[in-house]
Amino acid sequence: MIGNLPYAACAALIILGIYALMFKRNLIKIVIGLNLIECGVNLFLITLGYKSGSVAPIYTMAEKKEMVLPTPQALTLTSIVIGLATTALILSFAVLIYKHYNTVDASKVRRLRG
Amino acid sequence: MIEEIIQIVVLSIIVIAGIMAISFKDLLAAVISFTAASLLLSLEFYILQAPDVAIAEAGIGAALTTAIFILAIKGTVRREES
Repeated sequence: MIGNLPYAACAALIILGIYALMFKRNLIKIVIGLNLIECGVNLFLITLGYKSGSVAPIYTMAEKKEMVLPTPQALTLTSIVIGLATTALILSFAVLIYKHYNTVDASKVRRLRG
Repeated sequence: MIEEIIQIVVLSIIVIAGIMAISFKDLLAAVISFTAASLLLSLEFYILQAPDVAIAEAGIGAALTTAIFILAIKGTVRREES
């Protein structure tokens, strides 16, 4: 029962992020929603490899117990770095949009301006 | 048992901080509560026996992401008009 609690937190974070993507109009708020989705996916990956009562997969001075899966942790490290790169790119686009349109409202930047 | 109680507290504070990050009108407050969620997520990674991911999340997810968000808010407006 308690083992399923991180999955519930993942679902809550992903639903919050999708809500922000659908109903918020401020561009920076949308990027915060995207980051919340990324946090939920990272937590999901780490929770998939976790087994209750096991130790971290480091062999230096390891105890004689089972270890958690190391593959989802490598995947999550890659995912965190990719998330930082996409966040920096989208935020620089948001600043450029503000310089060009003088607003960060997603419903007002639709009109073309030469 | 104590680990499960810590896990319940940390996960519920993560979700509450996510809700606050979505609902604040002040973007700086929203970014800071997102940072709180990210920092507690790194603690949760440590509880789930992934210390390398916890280090990466604390350095990149909490510190660098907050820095670039604050730079972006400095380049745009701070209030979110409703």
